[in-house]
Amino acid sequence: MPPVTRLGTFHLDRGGQIFLALLALTTLLVPVLNLAVPADSSLHVSTFTVTLLGKYLTYALLAVAVDLVWGYLGILSLGHAAFFALGGYAMGMYLMRQIGDRGVYGNPELPDFMVFLNWSELPWFWHGFDMFWFAALMVVLAPGLLAFVFGWLAFRSRVTGVYLSIITQALTYALMLAFFRNEMGFGGNNGLTDFKDLLGFDLQSDATRIGLFVASALALAGGYLACRAIVTSKLGRVAVAIRDAESRTRFIGYRVEHVKLWIFTFSAVLAGIAGALYVPQVGIINPGEFSPLNSIEILIWVAIGGRATLYGAVLGAILVNYGKTYLTGVMPDAWLFVLGGLFVLVTLLLPQGLAGLFRRKETTA
Amino acid sequence: MPTPCVHDATRPGALGQRLIAALLLIAVLIPAAAADPADFEPGVELIRENSFKSLEQGVGLVAASGDPRARALLTALQATELHLRKSDGALVIARPGAAGLDLIDPLTGDSMGTADKGDLKRIGLNNRLRGQVRAAIAGLNLAHPDAAVRLSGVNAMLDKLDPDGVALLRARLDAEGDDSVREVMTAAIALADLASPDASRRLEALERLDGSTHPAVRGGVQRLIAGEPDPEVLATANRVLRDIDFKRDLYGLAETLFFGLSLGSVLVLAAIGLAITFGVMGVINMAHGELMMLGAYTTYILQQLMPEQIGLALLLAIPAAFLVAGAVGVLIERGVIRFLYGRPLETLLATFGVSLILQQLVRTLISPQNVPVANPDWMSGSWQVNSLLSLTMNRMYIIAFCLIVFAALFLVLRRTNLGLQVRAVSQNRAMARAMGVRSARVDALTFGLGSGIAGVAGVALSQITNVGPNLGQTYIIDSFMVVVFGGVGNLWGTLVAGMSLGVINKILEPWAGAVLAKILVLVFIILFIQKRPRGLFPQKGRAAEG
Amino acid sequence: MKTLDNLRAAMRRDQVWDFMVPRQALELDMSHGTILYLEDISVTFDGFRAINHLNLYIDAGELRCIIGPNGAGKTTMMDIITGKTRPDTGTAWFGQTIDLLRLSEPEIASVGIGRKFQKPTVFEQHAVLENLELAMAADKRVWPTLLARLTPEQRERIDEVLETIGLQDQRDQRAGALSHGQKQWLEIGMLLMQNPYLLLVDEPVAGMTHQEMDRTAELLRSLAGKHSVVVVEHDMDFVRSIADKVTVLHQGSVLAEGSMDEVRNDPRVIEVYLGGGP
Repeated sequence: MPPVTRLGTFHLDRGGQIFLALLALTTLLVPVLNLAVPADSSLHVSTFTVTLLGKYLTYALLAVAVDLVWGYLGILSLGHAAFFALGGYAMGMYLMRQIGDRGVYGNPELPDFMVFLNWSELPWFWHGFDMFWFAALMVVLAPGLLAFVFGWLAFRSRVTGVYLSIITQALTYALMLAFFRNEMGFGGNNGLTDFKDLLGFDLQSDATRIGLFVASALALAGGYLACRAIVTSKLGRVAVAIRDAESRTRFIGYRVEHVKLWIFTFSAVLAGIAGALYVPQVGIINPGEFSPLNSIEILIWVAIGGRATLYGAVLGAILVNYGKTYLTGVMPDAWLFVLGGLFVLVTLLLPQGLAGLFRRKETTA
Repeated sequence: MPTPCVHDATRPGALGQRLIAALLLIAVLIPAAAADPADFEPGVELIRENSFKSLEQGVGLVAASGDPRARALLTALQATELHLRKSDGALVIARPGAAGLDLIDPLTGDSMGTADKGDLKRIGLNNRLRGQVRAAIAGLNLAHPDAAVRLSGVNAMLDKLDPDGVALLRARLDAEGDDSVREVMTAAIALADLASPDASRRLEALERLDGSTHPAVRGGVQRLIAGEPDPEVLATANRVLRDIDFKRDLYGLAETLFFGLSLGSVLVLAAIGLAITFGVMGVINMAHGELMMLGAYTTYILQQLMPEQIGLALLLAIPAAFLVAGAVGVLIERGVIRFLYGRPLETLLATFGVSLILQQLVRTLISPQNVPVANPDWMSGSWQVNSLLSLTMNRMYIIAFCLIVFAALFLVLRRTNLGLQVRAVSQNRAMARAMGVRSARVDALTFGLGSGIAGVAGVALSQITNVGPNLGQTYIIDSFMVVVFGGVGNLWGTLVAGMSLGVINKILEPWAGAVLAKILVLVFIILFIQKRPRGLFPQKGRAAEG
Repeated sequence: MKTLDNLRAAMRRDQVWDFMVPRQALELDMSHGTILYLEDISVTFDGFRAINHLNLYIDAGELRCIIGPNGAGKTTMMDIITGKTRPDTGTAWFGQTIDLLRLSEPEIASVGIGRKFQKPTVFEQHAVLENLELAMAADKRVWPTLLARLTPEQRERIDEVLETIGLQDQRDQRAGALSHGQKQWLEIGMLLMQNPYLLLVDEPVAGMTHQEMDRTAELLRSLAGKHSVVVVEHDMDFVRSIADKVTVLHQGSVLAEGSMDEVRNDPRVIEVYLGGGP
């Protein structure tokens, strides 16, 4: 019996249900195994692992954001690393200001790198970042505004397909070059680091680490559900229509550029939030995060997991990053071969990704 | 390091200076007549005694001897390379070498082995002696039979003009046979005349300096303006300064343009292969940069194979790189891209994977570090147009090379059967196939051609930039920008776009800095694409729709 | 004085920023019984004149067939009406008040012009039902679309159209899996969902069997009256079976206009279709 088409009602697919269940289970189990189980037990989860998992979850959120625009809207963005990094920098600036006079130079007003550059006062764009609410607002606004302005320019003049990919790549490349400059006031080459605490909680403590892990899990769940709500709405169906036949969609009366603009901006905001959660867990943000390679890597997570499924993006992000952590530890030279090979093999042999295999099984069963 | 930094030798002991000048004048004015080669050996002996007094006499004798070895000896003395070997007291020239200091016999030019710093005693100079040596070298330069040596000698004097030098110049002016040397000498003398108390002489000197391009002239005129009491001279001086500044601006512009065109040539070389694969075939090849890298490494390997013939190796590298990169390109097309026609975004991802593999392959097989690629002699050096403008040879070669490659490619696409088929397939694949064009073969060959050009571009890049596994990544974004800016599928567009981006970059650089200039150019292109999504020279009509 | 005026004209804020141009009324006014005015339209592609001083008027409720040899400019004319191509010269008015040349494609769609393309383009990944839902006349801005829920009336309307185009049994099938004829009908169904005043139908029966053709003819005839319908078609039998009035395009302008019989006997038309040379 063919599945009955549901119109405009929010629902979860099988993959989504399994993913959310697993996420909930992990989020409940990991803190318990870390805090309540003694360190010598084989069930104990080390704080290092907790942080690693937290990092994967922020990557997963980033992948979901990319899947929303790539899988459902057909925009192959090579610039999402930039939105991720901007969110990260906004958080990093807050964390820098929290250091206060505990820096190497002990200057209560200026971060270390500014003292080092002989700056006498805080640049104007650093003001306000000592307040968490302001930084949190900037985590959303900085990538959101950039995406909005960029998208408004690009979509309005109907830059599509590979052209769009290339100029998003140019965008992130230009930002990378800019952030490498000391004069920009974001710490140049070294970026922002040496963070001490977040909202008064010591970043090195186990409890804070667990807190960040749980926050990442919640953000991922929230981001996933929001994206799921969009793709199951009529707007989601319009998005897929745009992906498959853009000009046809225009002829039945949809403002294609508006749809693209809003979804693209929303996706950039999600990426920014992921970046903001990533920075306190890894303890550093530097211009390398803008590198075009990073943006493209996100695409391979999504491609491996399976495009236009959302849960596939999560699966891909976690699998690939686990593989990366494992391989760069065991045989560092092999990682780029594997990554390159994945790009080629997945596009040639597995265009639907792992979720495609899963779905095929589901329909035959 | 005991580097003496006081150059102004005219100040201490004006009387002493005069004395030396007089001495030197005699020594230089009548070199042929009074030169006594027999003075050379005793002069060297005096230098070897290494006291300020003996040095003064020794330098005088050596300079006056007319011996051809004198210039090298004094130059070494001036550069504080002249030492005494502690073990046997021998006079040696010591230069930093692979193992400590390499020793050279100043009299024969033969190698005398190596030594440590501790084994040697440096022959030091005081300010007075330094002035003497400089003047002596200047004198020897001016008397040198080679006009080029005389010219550079005069130029060096012009930068730091002292009364002795001027006297020397006046004395030699009439004997000078070479026009360009005479010109600089006249300028130097006129520059000195600016300090004359006689207003009419200053005026006359100004007229002679009008239009001179040497940087020292401008400084002299500026100094004159600052303290000139005579209004007529002042007005003339201001006019001369304006003329000089105008010329400077003009040559500055020409230089910027030249730098811009050479950068543009690099961009065009990097982008033109892409213009074929991306433009003509609609294929996004993210591994394009790595194909350039392969070309650069081919040059490196050939140079390793024939270390005695690096120039020849470079020439051979051009066809070799074309074949290597072209073959890899055909492999990529047959192995990957063929299955992805009509799916540009997937092609982008797959070829990106290929680029990662190629990079890692080079890291594993050759080295993760940059490798040295040598420049042959004829690539180095520069063409000195005048004192304001000199064009370096490697940049000139790059521009010429870029134009040759462009012309060759253009002819291939316009005049050959392959070119005809390529254009046919790019315009209408189905129709071309129906007409009997074997489109699969054409695809492979076109891709091979574009890739081969990338390899050739890599050979050029190896001469001006570091050759390493990341070479391709540095250029890939720029190349895409050029193709997109120029308009896809248009070779002329690529040429114009590449050259103009190069020039824009170099114009922006002086006031924005290299990095900011690059950012500005990227932002400019991003904005440009908004206005004209299909580039400078878009393809028009029905075919371009959809 | 004149320069000053020019300057003033150039500095007018509403002329500098196109988004400051006051929105024109988007209410269709057919008080003169004519729904579409194309006057003196010309378009050139790379020196080739696709449309050459074209004049065309369509009446309200009319079913008009447009025929003409290849390259006569039929598709380009539709592109102009729907905003895909901008003409070099000329005017295009929809009713008395709406200037089509100042509207974008979605705006033109929303004032009531629907188009069926030559090559059937349905949203292949969507179910038939979803295709109709997307095409349905509704507030198509982003936020309302995100929050949209189907009302019972809208469901009824979809079912009605499904019945009209005979695809009730395929409502949950992916549109990509439909047969060629079914796709054509689905496209016409999507046009109907938009409830347009003017339907532009490009080659509706290409590749159809005879039975399918008959059903399509019936469908189009039933639409005329409520809507104005412009059909571009090559198949003369089909045109004869549906047309009130036929316009012959040749080299980008109108060669002849009238009933099928009049047009068939027009010596210039015979020349163009049978005479060979231009």
